[in-house]
Amino acid sequence: MNKRSHQHKKVFAPADPSKPRLTTSAMIASIAGADQKTTPAPFGHALVELAKTRPEIVGLTADLGKYTDLHIFAAAYPDRFYQMGMAEQLLMGAAAGMAREGFIPFATTYAVFASRRAYDFICMAIAEENLPVKIVCALPGLTTGYGPSHQATEDVAIFRGLPNMTVIDPCDALDIAEATVAIADHPGPVYMRLLRGNVPLVLDEYDYKFQLGKAALLRDGADVLFISSGLMTMRTLEAAKELAKDKIAAAVLHVPTIKPLDEAAILAAAAKPGRLVVVAENHTIVGGLGEAVAGLLMRSGVHPAFRQIALPDQFLDAGALPTLHDRYGISTSAVTARVREWLGT
Amino acid sequence: MNAPLIGHNRDLAERAYAIRRTALKMGQVQGQGYIAQALDIADVLAVAYFHAMSLRPEDPDWEGRDRFYLSIGHYAIALYAALIEVGVIPREELETYGGDDSRLPMSGMAAYTPGMEITGGSLGQGLSVAIGACLALKRKGSKSVVYNLLSDGELGEGSTWEAAMSGAHWNLDNLIAIVDVNDQQADGPSSKVLASEPLHEKWRAFGWFTQRVNGNDINALVAAFDAARNHPAPVPRVIICDTLMGKGVPFLEARDKNHFIRVDADEWDKAIDALDAGFAAMSGASQ
Repeated sequence: MNKRSHQHKKVFAPADPSKPRLTTSAMIASIAGADQKTTPAPFGHALVELAKTRPEIVGLTADLGKYTDLHIFAAAYPDRFYQMGMAEQLLMGAAAGMAREGFIPFATTYAVFASRRAYDFICMAIAEENLPVKIVCALPGLTTGYGPSHQATEDVAIFRGLPNMTVIDPCDALDIAEATVAIADHPGPVYMRLLRGNVPLVLDEYDYKFQLGKAALLRDGADVLFISSGLMTMRTLEAAKELAKDKIAAAVLHVPTIKPLDEAAILAAAAKPGRLVVVAENHTIVGGLGEAVAGLLMRSGVHPAFRQIALPDQFLDAGALPTLHDRYGISTSAVTARVREWLGT
Repeated sequence: MNAPLIGHNRDLAERAYAIRRTALKMGQVQGQGYIAQALDIADVLAVAYFHAMSLRPEDPDWEGRDRFYLSIGHYAIALYAALIEVGVIPREELETYGGDDSRLPMSGMAAYTPGMEITGGSLGQGLSVAIGACLALKRKGSKSVVYNLLSDGELGEGSTWEAAMSGAHWNLDNLIAIVDVNDQQADGPSSKVLASEPLHEKWRAFGWFTQRVNGNDINALVAAFDAARNHPAPVPRVIICDTLMGKGVPFLEARDKNHFIRVDADEWDKAIDALDAGFAAMSGASQ
């Protein structure tokens, strides 16, 4: 991986005609595999359905309605939709003002802009007063090839540090739709990472229902315990299937609520002897789910063999998402390969 | 020289004097405080709380009240003094100002104090929160008005201007911003720290019904608040108030201007005496 800086510009690399040409594609490249089932705009449709019986729900965005699936809500309830313009500080301040007056605002933008540009507003105007603003943000972690300006690789670390804030990292379309309902009922502020557009649907094959603050064991296995959140749960489920071909039995504990952490479920799963614990997250290795779980295990005297799959502590490259997911170790094949390596198989 | 005060406006001047006196008492308790700002803004608060706003002191969260958003958390001493005069905060509570477990912390916070609508202190946030509250009040069909007190230093925050654009975009005629221009911020005169003039032209260009008045002239303030409330156009309103730090206590008015003015322990009683003397002279003159 090249280290870029103002003194070391990237060097020209000619296209390799022997390789298939992958492009960065749109700002929000779909993370869906070619053969994956998908559901269109699960957040937008879930919010529209919920709003039928919840007149206090309003939607606000900062010029990213179409890119956060809030345009579905805007079309259904034009008078409950507030286009605040490209002004994220205003967006969060106004959402706080609406919440003060009894509404439940869903405020959407990209994760980079909420976590970086509008942080102080989220901290002081929303979280310090424990107002029920629901901050729903597209492009979490490495879900765009546009480079660091749009890759929110540290958003979870930022919001985990914020008192009163609940942090949700849903896996798929089903998770997003159910979490949308659950966070509306939560009395405090919530930050939810959003996959938008045609979002993969994978959890319908499991006996799963989103519950705020609860982790869910999606599959069991005696050799490896994956603890994962967000889209990495898709990857760990796929990796578990791959590993099963080598008679490696992997369990997957899905942790869609990163804060507050479901400590009991994580400790119970991690305390089972003989398993390699692998925490997988679409986030920098600094300050996310992996470190949250590590801290919990250390404090609790539970010391399994422990590994992390996470993005490196770097500004990441631009490029095509499949390439980048391979490069930074969060594709299914990369996850599978690393676990095999760790197990010595 | 301000015009003579008669009738209701004279009562308001007496309220402003009482706010100043209460603020000085609180400063004396703590031995410090943003007293120069409290003295400069007392006339504005008197007109806001005793002339312009609808409120029920016994029920500070009454739904029909006008909201007063204090962006500038360090002006809390002034707002506490006003809330004591209004009757929202019991007078004996001023003894606790700035102390452990007090409901009156040095910087204003919504969770601490009755009548304190928002947590200020991180400057440049109040007007954005006010935008959301005004939109929400309109959704509810409420006739309540949101007042937001900003400082001239706060105009350096870009978010203030995001909110200024938004207020005009949404035709928020239920929003009245008050800008305290005392030309003083942490590192020196505001005009030297980051030039923000011409303020009248800026706010007008942003689409606001803009007035600029002497913020220590009760008659001018009453007229400006009335005009702001009654302006027929569906636009947000701003009253830019030029004020004098330390107003009402001549030796503090004359002190080297400073964001956090130093008052020695033996000077608090002198300041109260000077305020009393000034008010007595004014009362005599206007009778």
